[in-house]
Amino acid sequence: MNKPIKVAQQAAVSKTNHADRIRSVVSPMGIEAWLVEDYTVPIIAVEGLIDGGTSQDPTDRPGLLHCLMGTLDEGAGPYDSTAFQERLDDFAIELSFGADRDHASFHLRTLSRHRDEAFDMLRLALTEARLDPDAIERVRAQVLAGLRHESTDPDVMAHRAWFATAFPQHPYGRSSKGTLESVPEISRADLERTREALLNRTKLHLVVVGAIDPDTLARVLDDVFAPLPAHSGSRLVALTAPVAIGTRKVVDLDVPQASIRFGAAGLARTDPDFVAATVVNHILGGGVFSSRLFREVREKRGLAYSVSSHLAPFAHGPLHMGGTSTKNERAAESIGIIEQEIRSLAQDGPSEQELATAKNFLIGSYALRLDTSAKLASQLVHIKAHGLGRSYLDERNGLVAGVSLDDAVRTAKRLYGAGELLTVVVGRPVGL
Amino acid sequence: MPHTAATPSSERPSLVPGVKIAHHTLANGMDVVVIPDHRTPVVTHMVWYRNGSADDPVGQSGIAHFLEHLMFKGTAKHPQGEFSDIVTELGGEENAFTSMDYTAYYQRVAREHLGTMMEMEADRMKGLVLTDDVVIPERDVVMEERRMRTETDPGAQLSESIAAALYAHHPYGTPIIGWMHEIEQLGRQEALAYYHRFYTPENAILVIAGDVTSEDVLALAEKTYGTISALGEPPKRKRPQEPELRGAKKVTLADPKVEQPSLQRSFLVPSATTANAGESEAIEVMIQILAGGQTSVLHRQLVVEKTIAVAAGGWYHSTSLDRTRMLIYAVPNADVTLDALELAMDQAIADFIANGITEKELARAKTRLIADAFYAQDSQSAMARMYGSALATGASIEDVTHWPDAIDAVTADDVMKATRWLDSRTSVTGFLIKDEAA
Repeated sequence: MNKPIKVAQQAAVSKTNHADRIRSVVSPMGIEAWLVEDYTVPIIAVEGLIDGGTSQDPTDRPGLLHCLMGTLDEGAGPYDSTAFQERLDDFAIELSFGADRDHASFHLRTLSRHRDEAFDMLRLALTEARLDPDAIERVRAQVLAGLRHESTDPDVMAHRAWFATAFPQHPYGRSSKGTLESVPEISRADLERTREALLNRTKLHLVVVGAIDPDTLARVLDDVFAPLPAHSGSRLVALTAPVAIGTRKVVDLDVPQASIRFGAAGLARTDPDFVAATVVNHILGGGVFSSRLFREVREKRGLAYSVSSHLAPFAHGPLHMGGTSTKNERAAESIGIIEQEIRSLAQDGPSEQELATAKNFLIGSYALRLDTSAKLASQLVHIKAHGLGRSYLDERNGLVAGVSLDDAVRTAKRLYGAGELLTVVVGRPVGL
Repeated sequence: MPHTAATPSSERPSLVPGVKIAHHTLANGMDVVVIPDHRTPVVTHMVWYRNGSADDPVGQSGIAHFLEHLMFKGTAKHPQGEFSDIVTELGGEENAFTSMDYTAYYQRVAREHLGTMMEMEADRMKGLVLTDDVVIPERDVVMEERRMRTETDPGAQLSESIAAALYAHHPYGTPIIGWMHEIEQLGRQEALAYYHRFYTPENAILVIAGDVTSEDVLALAEKTYGTISALGEPPKRKRPQEPELRGAKKVTLADPKVEQPSLQRSFLVPSATTANAGESEAIEVMIQILAGGQTSVLHRQLVVEKTIAVAAGGWYHSTSLDRTRMLIYAVPNADVTLDALELAMDQAIADFIANGITEKELARAKTRLIADAFYAQDSQSAMARMYGSALATGASIEDVTHWPDAIDAVTADDVMKATRWLDSRTSVTGFLIKDEAA
């Protein structure tokens, strides 16, 4: 299907100089943040990650960290929940907290004229959250309502079943938000313990983008983050790999369309072939209108609206994953085509043309991921958390350009092996 | 040279200063809007057509959206896949979306590729080629999209039923994606008829945001879109309007998959386009105080004080050509019935109307709404969408630029007058409950 295209076959890798724009600011107390100083729009965006995510939840308390992060903005310091939220709105401060399997996270956005108030609200939430009993009960009720709602959502069911099957003995197999059984058991003491263990400044990664100068930021860093503990109480999480690869699991739900998740072990972010794997994944199921899965599953056969794949470089067990939704009668056909495409990519690798197109896309589109303060801050904080340097934004397109056909062929074999997958289907698929 | 003079966005100082928007009209009637953003060397290129699902012919629901899918099937000059392949080669992102009032196509690329995007987008305004070989599988894709969004989700099914009840006569009561039994009947001829009626330069708005100057954009626009002949006059959007219906309606959807019940209430209200001066802004502030986020009246009373809900809120969809919707919702805590929750919600609204609002509440709501205009400036695609959707629903550049000032001018009295739209006689209440019998 790939036609020759009348545009440059090799994207120019222009010499950008992001590294000059990204400063490392270190406070007197030794707290570091990357800063991109920019006054075009009078706002400041802050992204923070702390290593040690929901995989740190005790075996009998899945959902604990998620619950804690949800309670941080429900009252802190002198403000009860209502007063805290009113103060955020009075200054139009956007502050939110989250957690994934490997990190706790926070996101702050403020108009620069409300900078001091905004940073102080972040400080209060991180270091002086009150964890009032009524706030805990409110968050617990919200989490439980969410879990009840998701318990019959086909996509969420497929995601949870996939991880539970792939990681039966590992924290990755448990629901990050906990369960209807575990969340009612969470106590204030549990929340305090997990806060003490996980919210610290030694495993903190910080990026600030916008209208603030380095000296002011250095002062702010000490004000906001110095009160956090200087040690992490996170436990070692074992390296793992998904099991049950090569099997299919069907979860019954009375819906006309089957929700499908597939995946297997992937490559770590630090793997020398990771960039090549990014290119290979793009060829299989990245992008919107160009991947093999898009063409074979959607465009040619009309089997699905959405079909895609991605790399999930979890710290303790990297994966490659993907999914689609297709009517029950044609679910088996869709899965067959996906498996066939993965096997074929593993055996033969991509064509020269596919490789060139994917590289051109990944190189050219990188700037599109950096065109708002929040997007730039989010990209940078993950780069920082992965241990890549400030020069990575400049190096990255050169790394993609350097992926040869040999690299892609080798990496496709490493990534997909014999094409074995764990596939989970939620619905009433016919013929599976 | 451009055929019309630039309209400076305004000489009046605005509460949200910053970008200077340029607006021109080509000789063939196509609007051109340029929004500068020089922080990153990228550009967002969008073409908006002033037609959406509310313009679907009777019996052909979903045709606007189906055609949006089919617009990716190629032209004589650029056969199927070529446009998307080139966007990919150039490292661009692209997509399209259909609403009730408009259909829009966009690409985001490095600025030097803008001309290529404009040439190809202009080409498919007139040059679409459709064969059954591509139309039939794409119709299957749309049916899978409907299954994914609606047929597997009881909440989405309730929303459809509420809209159908709220709009007894106007096509806003029909889902954008269409009803399944009508999607099944859509084909090449229906798509092309709709295409020829609406895809004309005088019905289109070009919105470009990014690292470009309006001079460069206009020169490119003249060379590409400017060469397309006007149809003669813009297509008319003739939609039957809602009668004055009286009587609160209630829709209950019971499904065995509902593990978490919820309730919502939709009201028929003026849009920014149909409202009297200042009225839409007053509704915006009113719904922000009543139902916007965790400081709202509903959240405070139902979630924090009475703890009978785990969530409560609402929104007002102001950007709409005809009369639009305002919606409030609440999710009950465990062991609270929807009847009890509805009573508490009614009480909260009655108290809100009886007690009025404080200056603090008014100031807080305005601060929150006006800040959104600042935050939008951080995203060129958000800016492009804001201006594109406003123009496609009958607003002017001025309306958008001065929206923050109009919000700031809303008084407590205006807000209290706007509470008249919380009238249950023009509302539909929806209950989502578990079907215990199944």
